[in-house]
Amino acid sequence: MLAYAIRRIVTGAIMLVVMSFVTFALFFASPIDPADFSCGKNCSEAQKKETAAALGYDDNFLDQWRDFAVGVVAGRDFPDDPELRKTAPETIAHCPAPCLGYSTERSSTVTGLIKETFPVSLSLAVAAFVLWMLGGILFGVLAALKRGTFIDRGVVGLSLVAYAFPTFFVGLLLYKFVAIQWELVPLPRYTPIAEGGVGGWLASLILPALTLAAFFMAAYVRMTRSYVIESFNEDYVRTARAKGLPERTVTFKHALRAALTPIVTMAGLDLAGLLGGAIITESVFNYPGLGKLAVLANSDFDLPTLVGLVLLLATFVIVANIIVDLLYAVIDPRVRLG
Amino acid sequence: MSSTFASAAGQDQRSTGPLLSVRELEVHFPTQDGLVRAVNGLTFDLEAGKTLGIVGESGSGKSVSSMAIMGLHHGTNARMSGEILLSGTDLLALGRDEMRKRRGREVAMIFQDPLSAMHPYYTVGNQIAEAYRVHHDVSRKIAKRRAVEMLDRVGIPNPDRRVDDYPHQFSGGMRQRAMIAMGLINDPGLLIADEPTTALDVTVQAQILDLLQDLQREFNSAIIIITHDLGVVAEMADDVLVMYAGRAVEYGPCREILTHPEMPYTWGLLSSVPDLSGDTEARLVPIPGNPPSLLNPPSGCPFHPRCAHRDKVPGDLCRTELPLLVPGQRGPGHTKRCHLPNPDTIYQAEVLPEIAPDLAEDRAEEL
Repeated sequence: MLAYAIRRIVTGAIMLVVMSFVTFALFFASPIDPADFSCGKNCSEAQKKETAAALGYDDNFLDQWRDFAVGVVAGRDFPDDPELRKTAPETIAHCPAPCLGYSTERSSTVTGLIKETFPVSLSLAVAAFVLWMLGGILFGVLAALKRGTFIDRGVVGLSLVAYAFPTFFVGLLLYKFVAIQWELVPLPRYTPIAEGGVGGWLASLILPALTLAAFFMAAYVRMTRSYVIESFNEDYVRTARAKGLPERTVTFKHALRAALTPIVTMAGLDLAGLLGGAIITESVFNYPGLGKLAVLANSDFDLPTLVGLVLLLATFVIVANIIVDLLYAVIDPRVRLG
Repeated sequence: MSSTFASAAGQDQRSTGPLLSVRELEVHFPTQDGLVRAVNGLTFDLEAGKTLGIVGESGSGKSVSSMAIMGLHHGTNARMSGEILLSGTDLLALGRDEMRKRRGREVAMIFQDPLSAMHPYYTVGNQIAEAYRVHHDVSRKIAKRRAVEMLDRVGIPNPDRRVDDYPHQFSGGMRQRAMIAMGLINDPGLLIADEPTTALDVTVQAQILDLLQDLQREFNSAIIIITHDLGVVAEMADDVLVMYAGRAVEYGPCREILTHPEMPYTWGLLSSVPDLSGDTEARLVPIPGNPPSLLNPPSGCPFHPRCAHRDKVPGDLCRTELPLLVPGQRGPGHTKRCHLPNPDTIYQAEVLPEIAPDLAEDRAEEL
């Protein structure tokens, strides 16, 4: 088990290095010259060259990637110019490890930007996760237990509708009716715990979390329903009934337990994807999270920020994958890791 | 009927009547294509400590009727009628929860494939102890100790260590032993074994059957053993019930049925059993055709389309009229559902010489 975990972590790290390489290369291949943006408008050829040299944009690809990789581990300075360090140290931005680059567009290190925005995405993702897992499993089991009845059809039909509506539409509907027209919740504006307390923080999350959860919940209702129906047909569920167990125990201890394995796998990966930012939901509700940052960075051609965000998301997914695989061994004793 | 049986088989009859008494049991399933008549007019008795073998092809209603005795059709769309009297209580008249409380305690069941019949995520001990705790208000610790005892009783080595293993860590035979431990932990009066050896290696099959017989003596349980293996029936059963298309077609003491079968379907079953020690000249004769559709069963005797002897019955009776389950040539303890007037004679003269020539010669000499 331990050997397996170590092996998975090592391969995960290698995968990350490869990911960083590919991401870096992709942006290198784009027709945009990052020096253009760093230098600003009305920039002469000479100034542009100087900027490129100062920020290292004129180095070859491998050198730049090496600088980036070293920065992740040890931090680096922007621009990394020993002369400037002596003459005008105040113009140098230090980017401490883990340094994912420096956005001249936003005059901030990418790590700093992420630190600022990540709590928003984390709050949103976790709130939505709790909602959709509870709702998805609960309604999924209900539909499975009542399969063929109008309850089942209602639940499945509703989830189909929720799944079919685009997130921005659901978000705007909730915004318009629940917040503005009916005034059931305050206008959603992200409130950190430090500012509004746990209550204010939760209240500020209701609408965006609901919006985000609606889509996932729809998928999880259907998934749970079909897995639970499947495991109700298993022989061991019949054995459980034959022992004289109450139907509640049969459902939750025996049928649902077996159905949970694939659901947990999916849930881990979905949560990881969301931690990297919910682009549409954050845009609709104007939440300053990673997703919103990605949208802005994209429209500004802020390449360093984009590289940093892509790598962060890749890290989440890779880590989630490892955790899910290890969880498998905990959930299913037949999986022997070694 | 039970009394006639008991006397026919030379067994003593308890005055309290049989442990299990099934009367005119019907199990029908309405489906979109029509009514599936899975079990029709099934009647039999079983004494405490005795074994009934139910034999038949897939889809003959063996499993459906045993599930009915377990009350496992509750919550499905099955329509049931008749009576299932267990120690005098009609199980079909019980409410869902009352039946649940008896299930596993008064009547338990073990299944064909012990690997899929045990939950892969829980230890064997946990699953056995669960069966005990649902009917006894005891602590986990006591239930576990009881599970270890039962595992020991069914012949699992190092039971106090193996109790914490998962089903996949057991061999096939051990899993079936564990299933038996689970079935018997509440000391039920009736144990239903649904093809308990079908999924096992041949070498293990005999061990499991021996174990079942040992435990039966010890616990004085009645056993219903469902099988299509006549070898299992010959080894285990006191009485045999042959089922075809949801109906009993032959019923009587085991020795009787195996040596003097009176229904062409039973002949077919016997003909399709290979005999290792027997004559190599003997033919292995399969029953022609397929089991009938229960949605739309054949008219008259449901076996007539596959029956080689239907022409011996005068007047097309096999096609038009369902024969009753009545005593045949061999006396009242042996009933059969067949229009043939002299089935035993036909069997000895025509069927036996073909499937077991040496046996037929012996019989001829005896006569």
